[in-house]
Amino acid sequence: MKKALLGTLMAATLGTAALPAAAATEIQWWHAFTGRLGDLLAEQIETFNASQEDFTVVGTHKGNYSETLNAGIAAFRAGEQPHLLMVFEVGTATMMSAAGAIKPVHEVMAEGGAPFDSDGFLAPVKGYYTTPEGDMLSLPYNSSTPVLYVNRDALEAAGLDPDMDLSTWEMVDGALDKVKAAGSDCPLTTAWQSWVHLENLSAYHDVEFATKENGFTALDTELSFNGPLQVAHVQAMGEWAKDGKFFYAGRRNEGGANFRAGECAFFTESSAGYAGVKAEAAFDFEIRPLPYWPAADGAPQNTIIGGSSLWALSGHEAKEYKGVAEFLSFLSSSDIQAKWHQDTGYLPITTAAYEQTKAEGFYEANPGTDIAILQMTAKPTTANSKGLRLGSFDQIRGIIDEELEAVWSGDKDAQAALDSAVERGNQLLRRFEQANK
Amino acid sequence: MEKRVTFRGWKLPLILILPQVLVTAVFFFWPAGQAIYQSAFIPDPFGLKSQFVGFGNFEYLFSDPYYLASFKTTAIFSILVTVVSMSVALWLALMADRIIKGSGTYRTFLIWPYAVAPAVAGVLWLFMFNPSVGIVAWSLDQIGYDWNHKLNGGQATWLVVLASSWGRISYNFLFFLAGLQAVPRSVIEAAAIDGAHFWRRFWTIVFPLLSPTTFFLLVVNIVYAFFETFGVIHTITSGGPQQSTTILVYKVFADGFVGQDLGSSAAQSVVLLVVVGLLTVIQFKFIERRVHY
Repeated sequence: MKKALLGTLMAATLGTAALPAAAATEIQWWHAFTGRLGDLLAEQIETFNASQEDFTVVGTHKGNYSETLNAGIAAFRAGEQPHLLMVFEVGTATMMSAAGAIKPVHEVMAEGGAPFDSDGFLAPVKGYYTTPEGDMLSLPYNSSTPVLYVNRDALEAAGLDPDMDLSTWEMVDGALDKVKAAGSDCPLTTAWQSWVHLENLSAYHDVEFATKENGFTALDTELSFNGPLQVAHVQAMGEWAKDGKFFYAGRRNEGGANFRAGECAFFTESSAGYAGVKAEAAFDFEIRPLPYWPAADGAPQNTIIGGSSLWALSGHEAKEYKGVAEFLSFLSSSDIQAKWHQDTGYLPITTAAYEQTKAEGFYEANPGTDIAILQMTAKPTTANSKGLRLGSFDQIRGIIDEELEAVWSGDKDAQAALDSAVERGNQLLRRFEQANK
Repeated sequence: MEKRVTFRGWKLPLILILPQVLVTAVFFFWPAGQAIYQSAFIPDPFGLKSQFVGFGNFEYLFSDPYYLASFKTTAIFSILVTVVSMSVALWLALMADRIIKGSGTYRTFLIWPYAVAPAVAGVLWLFMFNPSVGIVAWSLDQIGYDWNHKLNGGQATWLVVLASSWGRISYNFLFFLAGLQAVPRSVIEAAAIDGAHFWRRFWTIVFPLLSPTTFFLLVVNIVYAFFETFGVIHTITSGGPQQSTTILVYKVFADGFVGQDLGSSAAQSVVLLVVVGLLTVIQFKFIERRVHY
C-alpha cells in the first residue's frame, strides 16, 4: 500500500517535472460537432497545433448545440469554463447579455495582436455577431443559409421540365400540384421550419420579425412575425399540408431522410445539407435559391444565417488569450475557411475564402454550391435582414414549432397560430429582459 | 417480560443515526432548501446577477395556461402509465405463475426490458413509430391508418405512455410474481375444492392477498411516472406536439436547461415537491387502509 502510494507520488512529481519541456499553453475549446464535422474540426485543431509550438488547442465534444451551451454556462458558474465555447446562433443574445462572462473577440484580437480583419467577413455573417457599433463579439465558425433542393427525376416523372423556373412560391405551387397529381406522397418537405419559413422568410421579404431591428438595438424587443406576409405564407403551407402537397416530417432535419431516399420532389433545407444529399441521393438533384413571394416589395432581399460562432469566455490569463487570438486568426484564414466551405457546404465566412474557392474552380465542378452565398450577399442587408437577436430564442423556436404544427395538422389557422406564438414568445422575452436588466 | 434494547445516554444513538441524517440533509434537505430559496429570484444564466422577486415566479407560472394544462397532462399520463404497466405486469405474472416447463427462460425474457435505460427505450420506440421510416408507422399506413405523432397529440401521448410503461412492466412483473408465489397454496387449493374457478379464485383470494404488493407498486409507479419518464419524453416528443406531452417534470427541465430560466424552473420544482408530497400522504392515508398485510 505504502509502496503504491510512493509510486504514485513519484510518478506525479516526474509528470510535473516533465511538463516544462513541452511548455505549450493549453487552450480549451468546447464544441458540438460529431461525425464528419467533428473529424474536420479535429483536423483543423491538429493543423493549428502542428503549425506552432506555443499553444495546444484541446477540443472537447459536449453534446448538441443546446447541451454545449448549457455545459459552458454550468462550467462558468463553477469557475471551470473553457477558453472557447461554440454557441449556436440562437444563443447569441444570451451570450451578449452576459457581459461579465464573455471576452469580446475584438478585444481578444486587439490584445493578442494576431492579424485579424473583421471587414473581411461576409456582411450578413458578420452582422449577426457584431454590436451596432461594429465590434465583433464572437467569431463566426460555421454558417449556412436555407436553399431549395430539387429532385430533378421526380419533376421529370411528373411531366415537368426539371429546368423550369422555380424562383417564386407560386411557381413551386404549380409544380407541387403536378407532382401530387403524379401520385407523390411528398411533393415538398422541409427542415428547420421556424428558421426557414418564418425567420428567413421575414428577412428575405424585408419584413420585421421582431421590433427594435429584430432585437439588435434593445432588450425590450417584441415579436412581430404575425404580419400579413408571414400569415399568408404559413396559410399557404397549411393548405398544402391539407392537400397532401407538403409533408411535415419533424422540427429538425428529419425530412432529409425522405428527400435523400428520393421520396420528395422539393426540400427546403440548410445549404450545409449539401454533403449529405450528395453522398446519399441516387437521383439527379440540384440546388435552387429559396423561392419568394413576388407580391412583396423588396423580395428577394437576402437570407440570414444559421450555425454557430465561437465565444471567448472571461476569467483566463492574458497569455492564454494570446493563444485564443492566434487560433481564431488561424481559423479565419482563407485556406482554412475555403477548405471548410468545400468540405462541408457551410458558407465561406470571409470574402477571401469565397474568392479562393471560386478561383480553384470548385463552383464549376459542383454546380449550385455558390447559390447560398449569392442569395445571402445579393443585396446590402437592411434592418430586417441582418439577423435576429432575441433572448430565450431556443425556447421561442420551440413555441413557433408547436404553433406551426397546429397549422399543419389543421387545428388552427395561420393567423391564430402566429398570434399565439407571438404572445407566448413575448412572455419569454419579458422574462429574459427582467433577468438581464 | 418485554425485552428492550435501551442505550445509556444519548451520544451513541446520535452517532449511530448520524450517517443517515447527514445523507438526508446533504442530498435531500439542502437541495430542496436551495430550490425554495432560488424560487424567489430571477437569476441570469451565468449567475452574475440575481433579482429578488418574492412570489413573482409563482405568479408568472400560475398565469400561464400551458403550465396549468401541464397538470392535467401529468395526471392523465401518470394514470395511464401506472394502469397500463401494472395491469399488463399482473396479467403476465399470473400467466407465468402457472407455467411449469421453461418458466425460468420465460421469466428472464420478461425481466429483460428493465435493463434498458429510459432514453434508449425512447429511441427504440421512436424508430418503430417514426412517421417517415418507422416499421410500425409504415404497417399502420398499409392498413389505412395515418400515424403521425409529431402532429397528433393523442397519438403522441399514447406513444410516450407505451414507451414509458414497457420498461416498467418488467419491474412490476417481478414484484407481482414474488407476491403471487407468497400466496399460500392451501388457501387456493381449499377454494378450488369448493369449486371456485380460476378467475373467481383470483378476485376473491389472490388479488386481496396481493394488495400490499399492489399498493407498493402503485406508489412507486406514480413516482416513476412523475419523475423518471423524462428520458422517454425527451427522446420521443420533446414535450410536443403543442405541449401535449409536456409533463411537469419535463417542463422543469425545458425551462431550466433549454430556456435558462432558472428562477421559474426552481419555482416549478417547489410546486412539484408539494404535489408529490400531497400524493404520497393521500396514498398512505386513504389507500393503505384498504391494504391487507
